Amino acid sequence: MRPQRPETAASARTAGSAGRTANGGQSPHVGLFVTCLVDLMRPSVGFAAVKLLEEAGCRVSVPRTQTCCGQPAYNSGDCAEAARIARQVVEAFEPFDYVVAPSGSCAGMLKRHYPALLAGGAIAPERVAAFAAKVHELTAFLVDVLGVERINARHDGRVTYHDSCSCLRELGIREQPRRLLRSIKGLELVELARPEECCGFGGLFSVKYGAISNAIVARKAADITATGAPLVLAGDLGCLLNIKGKLRREGRAVSVRHIAEVLAGMTDAPAIGEE
Amino acid sequence: MRATSQAFLENAERALGDVQLQRALENVPRGFVTKRAAARARLPEFDALRDEARAIKDHVLANLDLYLEEYERKVVEAGGHVHWAASSAEARAIIVDILNAAGARRVTKGKSMVSEEMALNEALVPQGFEVTETDLGEYLIQLRGETPSHIIAPAVHLNKEQVATDFRRHHRALPAGRPLHEPSALVAEARQVLREKFLAADAGITGANFLVAETGSAVIVTNEGNGDLTQTLARVHIVVASLEKIVPTLEDTTTILRLLARSATGQECATYTTFSCGPRRPGDVDGPEEYHVVLLDNGRSELLASDFRPILRCIRCGACMNHCPVYQAVGGHAYGWVYPGPVGAVLTPALIGIAEAAPLPEASTFCGRCEEVCPMQIPLPGLLRKWRMRAHEAQAPGTTPWQGRLALRAWGWLARHPRLYQLAARLGVGIARGFWARYGRLVGAPFTSAWTRYRDLPAPEGGTFQARWRRHQRHRQLSSAQWRHKGPGQ
Ligand code: SF4
Repeated sequence: MRPQRPETAASARTAGSAGRTANGGQSPHVGLFVTCLVDLMRPSVGFAAVKLLEEAGCRVSVPRTQTCCGQPAYNSGDCAEAARIARQVVEAFEPFDYVVAPSGSCAGMLKRHYPALLAGGAIAPERVAAFAAKVHELTAFLVDVLGVERINARHDGRVTYHDSCSCLRELGIREQPRRLLRSIKGLELVELARPEECCGFGGLFSVKYGAISNAIVARKAADITATGAPLVLAGDLGCLLNIKGKLRREGRAVSVRHIAEVLAGMTDAPAIGEE
Repeated sequence: MRATSQAFLENAERALGDVQLQRALENVPRGFVTKRAAARARLPEFDALRDEARAIKDHVLANLDLYLEEYERKVVEAGGHVHWAASSAEARAIIVDILNAAGARRVTKGKSMVSEEMALNEALVPQGFEVTETDLGEYLIQLRGETPSHIIAPAVHLNKEQVATDFRRHHRALPAGRPLHEPSALVAEARQVLREKFLAADAGITGANFLVAETGSAVIVTNEGNGDLTQTLARVHIVVASLEKIVPTLEDTTTILRLLARSATGQECATYTTFSCGPRRPGDVDGPEEYHVVLLDNGRSELLASDFRPILRCIRCGACMNHCPVYQAVGGHAYGWVYPGPVGAVLTPALIGIAEAAPLPEASTFCGRCEEVCPMQIPLPGLLRKWRMRAHEAQAPGTTPWQGRLALRAWGWLARHPRLYQLAARLGVGIARGFWARYGRLVGAPFTSAWTRYRDLPAPEGGTFQARWRRHQRHRQLSSAQWRHKGPGQ
C-alpha cells in the first residue's frame, strides 16, 4: 500500500489541464468505485467520471473485483454479509492513492460506515481508517482535493440540482457541485424550494414502503417542476432513478441526468429514462 | 394501549389515503420546520449549547443512580413522596392507590407522554375516576377517544371543523347555535369548560420535562398554563416521569431549556416554565396538600446498559418527527403506539419488543435529517440501523419477507463473486433492455412491481459499465488515436 498523499498538496487549477499533476510529476492514481447502479443502469456516468478525473490530471483504474458497496445488506441489518462485501472492496481499492465514487451514498458507505462495519474483523482498524480517509465523492474530490475551480464546458439553459441526503448530511457536500455547475458557460442554476429534503428513495425503502416513498418523491417532483428548469441534476443515481420514475409517471417533460454527465460535457446521449 | 406497530405499512397506506389528514399534515413542515430554522439562526451558540446539553445528559446517564437518589432525598425533605415503578402496570397501581387513599375522584391531567405510555387513563376511567385532559390538544383527542399523533402537538392531525363538531357533540350544556368558526372561539370554549374541571379537581397529574436533582423540583414547559392550574389547584399533585428526566442542577436545566423550545416550536422559551417543589408549606397561600412523584422505569434500566443508551438523552422536543419525510407523509398514528417519528421508531421496539415493532426501524430512508436537527445529538439513524440488525438476527416478522430475504442472500453471494456478478449483471441488463424494447416500459417485469405501482422504472442505458469499460480499454490500447471521451457504445 502506498503512503497516503496529504490532501492539501493539490494545487488549485482548472479542469482541462490534463497532464499537470498534483504531486510534482506523478499523477494521482484513482481507483474508480463505479457503484452498482451506474454499472447496471447508466454506464455513461462512469465514462463521464473517468473523463473528469483524467482531465484533472489523474490516472484512473477500474478494479474488476468491485461489485457493490454492500448497502442493501447493511441497511437490511445483515452486517455479516455487508462486512464480507466491504472487505472485498477495501482489498480491491487499497493500492490506489484515492478512491472516487460518482455517488454520495456509496462514498458515504465506504468512508463513514466501513470503519464501524469492519471493526473487529480481519482487516486492522488502521488499515480501514487509511482506506476510508482516501475515499471521496466525485464532485468533492474535484473541488476539495484536486482544487478544480472551473469546468471548461458549455450547457445552455436552466438547471436545478437535487442534493442527495448522503452528500449533504453524511459527507457535508453542498457547495462543491454548485461551484462546478456555476462555472459552466450558459448554465443557469435554479435552487429547489426545499433543497434539504429527501427524495424518498432510501434504497430498499423504495420498494419495502413503496407508498410512502411515492408520497415523498411526489413532493420532490413538484418542487422540481416548480423551478421551471427543463433539467434536474444530482450526484446519486438512486435519487435520479426515483425522481425520473416519478416525473415520467406524472407525464412531466423534465429531463434527469447525473451531474457528471453535464460537467464532462457528455449530454449527447439521451437523458436517464429517455430513448 | 394495544400496539399496531406491526401493521405499520397498512396504517401508513390508510394515512396516505386520508385526505383530511394529509391536509392537516401540511402544517407540520410549514409551522415547525421553518420556525425552528429561524430560531436556530437567531442563536449563534446553538451548536455549542447542543454539545453542552449532550454532555450534561451523558453525565447523568452514567451516574443515574446517584442523581436519582439525590432527587428522591430532596423530594422527601420537602415533604413529598417518591414511588418507584418498574413497569407501567406497577405505576398505574401506585397512582390508583394514591388517589383512593386521598379520596380523590375528579382528576385533571397535564400533558404527559409517560402517562400515555403507561395507559393511565385506560386504567383510571373504568375504576370510576373522572379524568380530564387539560392540554387543549390532549382534551380534543380525549373527546374523540384517540391517542396523540405527535409528542408536543397531540392533535396535529385534526382541523378546526372537526374540533367544532366534537365540541357541539360533547358540550351539550352550551347553546346549540353558538358560532364556532374561529379558532379563538374554540379556545375560549375549551377554557370555559376546563376552568370548571380545574376548580373541581381533587387531584392533578402532570408529567415532567425535567427532574432537578439538586432541588428536587419537577419542571414542566407549556404554552397554555394548564399544567400550572393542574398542579396547584388540586389537593393532591402527582408527577409521573420516566427515570431519564433527571438533570443535576438548575443551571443544567436552563441550558437544556434554551434548546427545548427552539427545537420544538421555534420559540425562545415556552410561555410557561413551571417548577413544582413539593407540597404546600406552612404559610404558603396555595399548592397541593400531598405531593407524589411516580418514577417509571419500564425497560429504561435495560436501555441504559445497551447500545441504545443515547436515546435516553431525548428531551421529547419533536424536532425529529417534524423533519422526518416519513412522519410528514403518514403522521403519528401510523406508528401504532405512543411515540411516533424517528424517536418512536427507536423507543417503541425497546419498550414493547422488536417482535412487536419490527416495521418501525425500517420506516426510514436514512436521510439523516432527524440526527441533524436533534438538539441532543442522538444518532437516530444509527440506532434505527441497530434495530434492523437485531430484527435481522431475530428474524422478526414484519421486516423483509422470505422472498426478499432470499433475493438479498443471492445478491450478497453474487456480490462476493465478481466474475459471476458481472456475468449476471450483463444478463440482467440485457433482459431488461429486451423487455423495454418489446413493451416500451418495465411495468410487470419480475421484482419491480413495488416500484412500478407508483413510478416508472427508467430503462437501463444498455450494457454494463464494466463490460463497456473493458472493451473501451482494449480499443484504447489498440488505437494510438486519442480517446475521444466517448464510451464505445453498444
Ligand atoms: S430524539 Fe431528539 S429530536 Fe427527537 S424528540 Fe428526542 S430530543 Fe427531540
